[in-house]
Amino acid sequence: MSATDTPFERASDPYRVGRSRDWVSTGAGRGYVYATGHGEGGPASKRVIVGYGFWIFLLSDIVMFSAFFAAHAVLQTATAGGPSGRDLFNWWSIVAQTAFLLVSSFTCGLSAVATEARDQLWTQVALLVTGLFGLGFLVLEGRDFAGMVMQGAGPQRSAFLSSLFAVVGLHGLHVSAGLLWLGTMMAQVFVKGFRPEILRRLVCFNLFWHALDIIWVALFTIVYLIGLGR
Amino acid sequence: MDAAELTIREGIARYVIGFVLASVLTAASFYVLNTSLIWGPGIPVALVVLAIAQMGVHLVFFLHITTAPDNTNNVLALAFGVLIVALVIGGSLWIMDHLSQNVMPMHQMMQMQR
Repeated sequence: MSATDTPFERASDPYRVGRSRDWVSTGAGRGYVYATGHGEGGPASKRVIVGYGFWIFLLSDIVMFSAFFAAHAVLQTATAGGPSGRDLFNWWSIVAQTAFLLVSSFTCGLSAVATEARDQLWTQVALLVTGLFGLGFLVLEGRDFAGMVMQGAGPQRSAFLSSLFAVVGLHGLHVSAGLLWLGTMMAQVFVKGFRPEILRRLVCFNLFWHALDIIWVALFTIVYLIGLGR
Repeated sequence: MDAAELTIREGIARYVIGFVLASVLTAASFYVLNTSLIWGPGIPVALVVLAIAQMGVHLVFFLHITTAPDNTNNVLALAFGVLIVALVIGGSLWIMDHLSQNVMPMHQMMQMQR
């Protein structure tokens, strides 16, 4: 029981559904509620609930990716007499893409730390660096695709290549959309500051960007590393 | 997703540790592929294990999937998502493998065309 409870409060609201005992002010006028873990304290704060909802969306996105992955896994050897992964994949480009995405995930995390400290400058710097590495990733991937098409190994050449362009392209589309969202968030943080709804959107963007890196881990393992071995 | 209780230093340290671990696992993946450290037929398995480990590092260090009470729902949702992904990918591979085993060999099919 909290020391600030009066006997009347304890009697009328014994499980403190109206308010959690760990009410923390983030300085933005809204409290952040820690869960007690025993079902007490009423509904969680908006930030926790929004994070959970966005996490469910991300999992549905990952299920969609898994369908594309399944198609590629089945079709990885269906080269129809055309080039296979070993003939096409540019080793250093893949290493660089992986490194770029991992670094951008790291700087995205740093921007979250800066946001917690409500530091406008460092938040923007970290978000900008995240965006630049993401853009570098897309440029490298675009060059890979263009090179493959010019060699006659475009998506129409074989089932293997169709599924390759589909799964890698889907990931690239997500990164592109993420970069647009990143630019929007940088503008919003600059104009509106660290309001509660802006903070929630930044949490969602962080989740999205990290999830993209997780998907890339699966992608470069299954498509490129295992594909190179076939 | 709960971050108000960390200092800046602890926050940065968490991301640095995650970054270093993920880099090591990535380097290990590329290394396994390029050397004969792992027995040949076992290489895909090693790569998948390293990938799963790296995804775990991402989830814990970058996405803060912890065992805190705030996070229980997220862990449950993640477990469900993993189940669906395993069914979709594993099930597709299983079914397609059976189907391809049941397809007539090519030379027999050509003979039937005559």
